[in-house]
Amino acid sequence: MSTLIFRTIAPLLTAVMLVFSVFVLLRGHNEPGGGFIGGLIAASALAIYGMAMGGEAARTALNVHPLAMAGFGLALAGLSGVLSLAFDVPFLTGLWSIFDLDGSEVALSTPMVFDIGVYFVVFGTIAAVALALESDGEDA
Amino acid sequence: MEARPDIAVLISVLLPFVAAALVPLVHRLAGAFTGWIVALVPAAGFVALWTLVGPVSVGAALPVAWAWAPSWGISLSFLVDGLSLTFALTIAGIGTFILLYSGAYLKGHRQDRFLAFLLAFMGAMQGLVLADSLIALYLFWELTSVTSFLLIGFDHTRQAARRAAIQALVVTGLGGLALLAAGVLIYTISGSWELSAANGLRALDVYPLLVLLVLLAAFTKSAQLPFHFWLPNAMEAPTPVSAYLHSATMVQAGVYLVARMTPELGGELLWNLTLMGFGGATMLWGAVAAIRQTDLKQMLAQTTLASLGLLMLLLGVGTELAVTAAVLYFLAHALYKAALFLIVGAIDHGTGTRDITALGGLRDTMTVTFIGAIMASVAMLGLPPVLGFFAKEEMYAALALGQWLPLVALGALVIGNAVLGAVGLVVLIRPFMGELLPTPIEPHEAPVPMLAGPVVMGGLGILLGFLPSLVGGAIVAPATSAILGSAVYSHLKLGIDFFGLPFWLSVVTWALALGLYLRVDFARTLLRRTELAIGWNFDRGFDAVYFGLVRLSGAVTRLLHHGRLELYLFVVFALLAAAAVLPLWLMGGLPSWPSSIDVQFYEAGVALLAVVGVVTVIVARSRLFAILALGVQGLSVALLFILVGAPDLGFTQLMVEVLSVVILALVMTRLNLDADDSRPFEDWVRDGSLALLVGVAVTSLLWSVLERPLDLALSRFFDANSVPVAHGHNVVNVILVDFRGLDTLGEIAVVMTAGIAILALIRGRKRRPRGAPVPAEDVPLPAGRKELA
Repeated sequence: MSTLIFRTIAPLLTAVMLVFSVFVLLRGHNEPGGGFIGGLIAASALAIYGMAMGGEAARTALNVHPLAMAGFGLALAGLSGVLSLAFDVPFLTGLWSIFDLDGSEVALSTPMVFDIGVYFVVFGTIAAVALALESDGEDA
Repeated sequence: MEARPDIAVLISVLLPFVAAALVPLVHRLAGAFTGWIVALVPAAGFVALWTLVGPVSVGAALPVAWAWAPSWGISLSFLVDGLSLTFALTIAGIGTFILLYSGAYLKGHRQDRFLAFLLAFMGAMQGLVLADSLIALYLFWELTSVTSFLLIGFDHTRQAARRAAIQALVVTGLGGLALLAAGVLIYTISGSWELSAANGLRALDVYPLLVLLVLLAAFTKSAQLPFHFWLPNAMEAPTPVSAYLHSATMVQAGVYLVARMTPELGGELLWNLTLMGFGGATMLWGAVAAIRQTDLKQMLAQTTLASLGLLMLLLGVGTELAVTAAVLYFLAHALYKAALFLIVGAIDHGTGTRDITALGGLRDTMTVTFIGAIMASVAMLGLPPVLGFFAKEEMYAALALGQWLPLVALGALVIGNAVLGAVGLVVLIRPFMGELLPTPIEPHEAPVPMLAGPVVMGGLGILLGFLPSLVGGAIVAPATSAILGSAVYSHLKLGIDFFGLPFWLSVVTWALALGLYLRVDFARTLLRRTELAIGWNFDRGFDAVYFGLVRLSGAVTRLLHHGRLELYLFVVFALLAAAAVLPLWLMGGLPSWPSSIDVQFYEAGVALLAVVGVVTVIVARSRLFAILALGVQGLSVALLFILVGAPDLGFTQLMVEVLSVVILALVMTRLNLDADDSRPFEDWVRDGSLALLVGVAVTSLLWSVLERPLDLALSRFFDANSVPVAHGHNVVNVILVDFRGLDTLGEIAVVMTAGIAILALIRGRKRRPRGAPVPAEDVPLPAGRKELA
């Protein structure tokens, strides 16, 4: 599997895929995409990196345990719902803040934060499983 | 002072829980004086409740309520009336002395934890008797079961204590479930969670069911036959617990429930006869069992059974006199029985034994304990003019009617009271009179905190006997009115009617008690031999049921969770096919064969690609090749999705397929399987036909859906609302993160949980040293490969 060509191209491929995953995540509200697909793309990117460089290298590159990322995502999604408490509306009600930044319209919203949470959960969980399988359960 | 029921409820229900949390801190600061300090909690509750006696005694019922879950119409409501106040005062008053006593009894023996448990129980018990909301009643009811479990099993290093704790929890938990069902039933009938709002229950068809549920709850909690066995076993608890929970308070919760439900459920023959039958049987059973014991604590436990049965019997009779007698007897019993338990604890503490055959002559060394024992035993015997005497006179007067049923009950009462009196004499005379016998510890008097309870409670039993009109007016009449649901005025007065039948029945009782006391050793031997001859008891019956359940669940688990992967997959897919096609077939919804299929050439091409993938999976010899071919099939389907205009779905399908192939391939390398997958012919047929079946089933299901006109209501809703409400043009994503966000939150939680489980599985396999042979049973071999492994 880890031929020279693959090892050379894999980091580049991973980088491009990760950037693309974020792009897919953020465009999701209006175009095809979203947190779930973005998370799957990011997980595939990490799986490719792991296949080329070994699970240990992928883990080092990631810096935090993938399951911790998943936990962070779940907490983020939950908190985006709790935020509605401050405005006295039911749990998970979407809150929007649309403003103008240097001529272009920027929309910040709790559904977006929620979607980012979904992204992290999907990415973290699948990456954790893939890495654990790649590195034979070491340090899983 | 103005009556503030809300403050009284807060102090008596909430404060004990707060105090329970603070006990470890108090213990660190105050050390040995912790008992003195925490005893202030129930004392404060008692004082706060006492301020309500005035308004309640003139017939007021004081409601207290806080909003709890207003959107469901549930409030945390309490009701202070004569009945709940009587119980609450008893719990707070006796609780004060129990906490004092415990501080000295358990010196240095994880005292803080014990006191915290006791306080938590106290709060739960107060909540139980004061609650008006059925939900609060149920919660506090279960809380008393749980705290009782902790207290019985306090000495958790002993197997007997653990067993007794589990037994009590199982039996009372069963009753708790019955209470929950009864509460829900009452709510559905009366439309309110407040017990005080319930009415008209008697006229309904479900009345017998309601009676059954309520009495099941009451009988398990109050240890009536045939659930009585847990109470004697619960004597594994430290003595203050036995005195408090298992004589004066928690076991009285069943009696309380019956009394509380009497206005709504009582007065019918079913209710009265059931209570009289089970109560009478329990009374006689407990009385006889008490004679059999030599352990003082066990003797008292069995007499508690008898007293609980007696109370149930009186409530079953249900006349004004009988209910008055029940309230009086409850008070008298709570005082003398708690005192006696504490005395037994003091004897145990001072001599190291509780066996009446090993005790004697303690009157000189334990004089104060002896005085307490005299006062408590006098109450137990019901000698005039203590409180117990009036209780006995009332119950005899209540039943001295001409009809046969009350007369049978009267006879049972005389016998029961006589045996209780005999036990009282045994507890009084055997340890204290006669020769001084050698004991494990040199006999010494108990410390002051351990003497306060027996002396004060014993003394109170006598003192209140001299103030019958006060007790009658302030406590008994309001409680009786609450139980009967109509105003009752006290008729108790000091004095003995020497010419009345009740007095002469009392004389008969005392004579029988004395006679039985003189022959108690003979009676005990006789009963023990009888029990040996029978060779079965309810305790063993419980074990048979309990372990039978454990074995049954083991068998069911082994049946369903057999650990054979092929069988799991076979069952899952067979059921999937059945679920998809059976309803269609049975209800005539099977799709008809389509006349013409409108397919573009590129769609046909992609479909062909998928078919090629599937065929390759079937014919492939190598496992890795089959996995890749499966990926080809999946990617073709993703392509189809994109072609027919579902880009989000296609996109996701694409990524899922890629990752499935990667992960499947990784898993395969980790399982020590052969590279090629060859299976015998019969397996091939089985798997193949199952696959075909699932395929046909799912296809016909989808086809029958497509045959019908598509309901576009949801699509229109999302089309119309996606942009204006949720500011998004991608309806799929808007549904996921906004319209149905809660679903998604649940789903990602499941995803993460599954990930954790998978990691745990992988880690579990890792523990084996590298290169060591994998045990054969760990490898999920396909059938037919076993001979090769």
